[in-house]
Amino acid sequence: MSESTADIIIARDVHKWYDQFHALRGVSLNIKRGEVVVVFGPSGSGKSTFIRTINRLEEHQRGQIIVDGIELTNDIRNIEKIRQEVGMVFQQFNLFPHLTVLQNITLAPMWVRKWSRAQAEEKARELLKRVGISEQANKFPGQLSGGQQQRVAIARALAMEPKIMLFDEPTSALDPEMIKEVLDAMTDLAESGMTMIVVTHEMGFARSVAHRLVFFDTGSIVEQGTPHEIFHQPQEDRTKKFLSQILH
Amino acid sequence: MATQTQPLPEILKPPITQVGAVGWLRKNLFSTWLNGVFTLAALYVIFLLVSGLWNFVTTADWNVITANMRLLMVGRYPVEQIWRVQVCVVIFTFLVGASWAIWRGLARSAAIALGAVFLTAAILPFTASERVWLLANLAALGAGFAVGYFTNARRVLVWAWLASLPIIALLLYGVGDMPRVASDLWGGLLLTLALAIVGIAASFPLGVLLAVGRQSTYPVIRAFCIGYIELVRGVPLITVLFMMQLMLPLFLPEGITVERVVRAMVGFTIFTAAYIAEVVRGGLQSIPRGQSEAARAVGLNGALTLLLIILPQALRATIPAMVGQFISLFKDTSLVAILGLLDLAGIASAAANQPDFLGRQAEVYVFIAAIYFCFASAMSYGSRRLERTLGVGER
Repeated sequence: MSESTADIIIARDVHKWYDQFHALRGVSLNIKRGEVVVVFGPSGSGKSTFIRTINRLEEHQRGQIIVDGIELTNDIRNIEKIRQEVGMVFQQFNLFPHLTVLQNITLAPMWVRKWSRAQAEEKARELLKRVGISEQANKFPGQLSGGQQQRVAIARALAMEPKIMLFDEPTSALDPEMIKEVLDAMTDLAESGMTMIVVTHEMGFARSVAHRLVFFDTGSIVEQGTPHEIFHQPQEDRTKKFLSQILH
Repeated sequence: MATQTQPLPEILKPPITQVGAVGWLRKNLFSTWLNGVFTLAALYVIFLLVSGLWNFVTTADWNVITANMRLLMVGRYPVEQIWRVQVCVVIFTFLVGASWAIWRGLARSAAIALGAVFLTAAILPFTASERVWLLANLAALGAGFAVGYFTNARRVLVWAWLASLPIIALLLYGVGDMPRVASDLWGGLLLTLALAIVGIAASFPLGVLLAVGRQSTYPVIRAFCIGYIELVRGVPLITVLFMMQLMLPLFLPEGITVERVVRAMVGFTIFTAAYIAEVVRGGLQSIPRGQSEAARAVGLNGALTLLLIILPQALRATIPAMVGQFISLFKDTSLVAILGLLDLAGIASAAANQPDFLGRQAEVYVFIAAIYFCFASAMSYGSRRLERTLGVGER
């Protein structure tokens, strides 16, 4: 048996079309519990689309995706169950601007997990402390810097105590001086044993934190391997070419 | 690292451009000869307006108002039952007082304005019993404030406001041993406010539902909402009002009659809801997709996403446009005069035709225009305050 229960995400031959455009062309990828996988590739290669199919923000039209033993189908209950187990951090933060930082974080635990306010706030304050912005709890997102907002977004996702965290280009919208504070929070999370899929071009982060790198191009996986394999012995020409473009 | 530090650039004050009143006049009103001509022409127009107004104010005879005050306020509401209207106003004043203590901000302005109205009215030539009532209102304002201040019962206050609408309606209509006062007897400002408040309170939720339904993924619901909105927006309000007068009875089982005022309320609600729906749709569309994606990603279902994330932002963004709709609803209630209902405008035209007061139409219409203006500008002011209060942390 190649697929043990250690695989928390199993994707088999996943296809996705936008109208006529074939965005995902048979993606198969298994991810183990506690594994940190960095997905990279040129824009339009389908890497974001792929991680968005894992919590069903995008629907796949062929193939199979099984997350923590639950298959993603059109059954809305399965989708909602999976979304409670999978946290996501977006490029544009997507914090709720009408709620304070604390309310952003406690909203889902209180309404979905039915926690008491006291329990949810305790958890939120603990998470804010962990991402290093305890003092901002009662501000609104619009009053924070980009880096702080993204750390709130990480705390918001973690508040649901997910088993998997998805990061969709979490540092691409940030000013350069704020990238490190977000990557530090992500590194800390990776070291705590969280299963993570990160779409990013931060190759320093990939080299030091990722267990595995996956290179996407034209809707499919071109090559994957450990950071050492990818950076030092890439097999495919497309991988070599792309790496030479981003690692000046 | 170099240790020498550059001194920080000095912070300077902005240059002074003021050169006194004469300079201001020259710069803004008489910068060129053409500008000067316009200024003088505008001054002449202002002079004409002011002198005309002065002429009117000095020759006006307000007896037509004082003689018809009761009609203008409550219409044909039976004299011996007017205490019920007065009690309703006292209830309202009490709640405003309590809101002042608990919510502050906008409620405080409302309470002060209301208190000022009662105080000035108490100075005007009213009868002793009316003066007692006006002072009772001031007492209610104070009592409401005290109760609110010492209990600070936020949740109770919200429920009290919600409950006040049906309580006031029952009190006006008559409940228990009280003699019934059919709504067809309500008139004047009482009827105008009843139409406007019921219209606003009913069209808001209906309009939000229609806007949400228009975005629905269920084709039947979507088609129904689009059909409703487009149909209603395609016809004039007065035809909707006439249709309701004629057609509502056809839709109801035999034996059930609906009072004409209620038919008018239904008409206003149906009409305004379609416009509210379009305003809210604009608000819904202005919310970025990422908001609902983020809400779904943390596990909220569709209904919670809408209620907790999308609608609060969409409604806040549309407050000015929505209040604009409510203001036009408030002013359009005057159309019921055409249906033969005696609202403020209907009473006014009746009073203007009384033989005793021939030639005094201007006073009557200026008076009711002032009333409409006070309410409409209060709503407009309230919306701006509300917008600012809710705009905290806006990005």
